[in-house]
Amino acid sequence: MKQEYKDITTNGLWTQNAGVVQLLGLCPTLAVTTSAVNGLSLGIATALVMAASNGAVSPVRRYIPNEIRVPVFILVIASLVTVIDLSINAFAHDLHKVLGIFIPLIVVNCIVLARVESFAAKNEPVPSMLDGFMMGTGLALVLTLLGAIRELVGNGTILVGLDLVFGPSAQALMWQSDNYSGLLLAVLPPGAFLGLAGLIAIRNWFEIRSTNKANTAPPAIPVAATH
Amino acid sequence: MSESVLQHAVKTAGSMIAFALVGTLMLAIIYEITKDPIAENEAKARLALFKQVLPSDSYDNDILNSRVTIEPNDLLGNKQTSIANIAFMNDKPVGMILESIAHDGYAGDIKLLVGIHMNGVISGVRVLTHKETPGLGDYIDFARDTWISIFDGQSLKKTASDQWKVQKDGGQFDYMVGATISPRAVVKKVHETLQFFNTEKKALLAAQKEQKKTALAEVPEGTIEESIEINIEHDKPKEKAKKVSK
Repeated sequence: MKQEYKDITTNGLWTQNAGVVQLLGLCPTLAVTTSAVNGLSLGIATALVMAASNGAVSPVRRYIPNEIRVPVFILVIASLVTVIDLSINAFAHDLHKVLGIFIPLIVVNCIVLARVESFAAKNEPVPSMLDGFMMGTGLALVLTLLGAIRELVGNGTILVGLDLVFGPSAQALMWQSDNYSGLLLAVLPPGAFLGLAGLIAIRNWFEIRSTNKANTAPPAIPVAATH
Repeated sequence: MSESVLQHAVKTAGSMIAFALVGTLMLAIIYEITKDPIAENEAKARLALFKQVLPSDSYDNDILNSRVTIEPNDLLGNKQTSIANIAFMNDKPVGMILESIAHDGYAGDIKLLVGIHMNGVISGVRVLTHKETPGLGDYIDFARDTWISIFDGQSLKKTASDQWKVQKDGGQFDYMVGATISPRAVVKKVHETLQFFNTEKKALLAAQKEQKKTALAEVPEGTIEESIEINIEHDKPKEKAKKVSK
């Protein structure tokens, strides 16, 4: 049992990372990551939705006829996202000001549907929720990193706006360079592609190096399944 | 094959409907629960925004409910009806908050909120939404730059019509090198909003008075209802007493 949870965690965070290995849900990934805080916010929201949707589908998976499973999954995901959107708007309005525009985007993020389809539809609720959360956290890490790179290169700042998400105490973590005019390209859409490509390259480099070190198998370059 | 194709289809459709019903029910419940807090939050957010364009101590009325509907208009650039909020101090109109939309920004519409004193002097302008290039044209947004404050205290009297342009076009308004399109659109729209205000303010005030009258006519009904409720409250103990005696 413990080994299973460990595998789920490493799968989500590294081996099957949604952002740089599976390359699922590129739309929000590329569009939203203009700053680290944007990436982190969308990442957290996605992780929560994924845990919730996996957790909701897994217990009822035996009652879903095979032919209509995708529409049912989409129905469940869309309802959950709306519920979360409304609840945050009502009870955490300041957070909604920051996350508000990202939450409806999660519905169209195909990583959510992909995990429901490939994991929650075949596994027990607890591992399913963990899988959703870990996959989401893996994506959140990539989003934050990509956002941080684009923000640093584009504006010469790091984590600006963090206080809007975590309160004024987070201001200590924010950093701003004094004389950097910024490279606009990084903030514009091409910067997202370049940044993501860089992250994928770095991850592949790590992967190849570790397989070379282990010397057990020939270096295998992980092939990304694009959607 | 123990079940026919039809039976199978009905069964599948049935479970789809069941899931849809559960989903709808869940959404309906959550919507009911969150409706009031969300409306309250939005009113609060709106009031906070109003505060930025018109100082809150300059008026004493319930500004959110003191409003006039404006039909689509070229000067304001609204393609649907928009709303003007009118501020009163001791029942005298002191200012107005108008929404206007500039269609000639660099990318998409720029929505503006303009607060104007009754004498035609601008008290504040804020960009509500825009899609200008981050790092270039987005300095029109107060969250990024204080540029938008150059409109504070401006009026048609103070600045002649041909001066309502960015400096590059021969006007008097400052802009940042490299991004002229966004401020040009904002300056033009603020100017047009002022023109709209000057020509329409009397009509708007009259319309607001009209609305207020109808609202006043409705008030007595409300008080009657309240008094009925109070009566019921008074009746309750009697009922209880009757029940006891029975």
